[in-house]
Amino acid sequence: MILPFDLIIQIFVVICAVAAITVKDLLSAVMILGAYSFFMCLMWAQMGAVDVAFTEASVSAGIGTILCIAAIMKTTRRTKD
Amino acid sequence: MIFRKDDIIVNTISRILIPFIQLYALYVIMHGHYSPGGGFQGGVILGASMVLLLLTRGYDEAKYKFPEQIATLFSSVGVLIYAGIGLLCLFVLGNFLDYGKLAALLNVTPSHARSLGILGVEIGVGFAVMSVMYSIFLDISTGGVLPEDEEE
Repeated sequence: MILPFDLIIQIFVVICAVAAITVKDLLSAVMILGAYSFFMCLMWAQMGAVDVAFTEASVSAGIGTILCIAAIMKTTRRTKD
Repeated sequence: MIFRKDDIIVNTISRILIPFIQLYALYVIMHGHYSPGGGFQGGVILGASMVLLLLTRGYDEAKYKFPEQIATLFSSVGVLIYAGIGLLCLFVLGNFLDYGKLAALLNVTPSHARSLGILGVEIGVGFAVMSVMYSIFLDISTGGVLPEDEEE
């Protein structure tokens, strides 16, 4: 474990997590969630869990983001009521 | 519903990138038993390449490469490969998914048979995961109603 690297990644993870729930636009929230997944992936990799990091990168950052975008394509920009 | 947009950058990048993504996914599946990765991760990457094809070309073109019926068939075939290898081990008087007993059938040493058995299981998992990911994306993006369903 490399402490400075770990701290930097941790700060980015927290920033991305807070930003994803505070931002108003849904598409931006999904993109920030994808960035969060990549930082989590880096964190798993530097902790030595390469298999978990691989799964996080492919499932959460790859397919999960795409599925969320597909769901957002079904919504409209303004609410109807 | 996703339609094709005539954007030259998107079309060219997807055409160049899709074969390499699929090659990498096959590498992850084939090396799953001695390196990180395996059937699930490789299947997800393979499914992501199919989803990229669907996103950039639209379902009207993607249905000639990978129609939804084939995706449904492949998801069942993947489970069949997994369960079939497990049941084959039962037929040669081993436990379920006990690949070492397959050595007599494959005419190799038991350790080699274990390696081949886990490879076959991972290929099955990869098939199932790829087609299920594609089906989930297709169902979410179209709302469960495909164009050919509306024509009937």
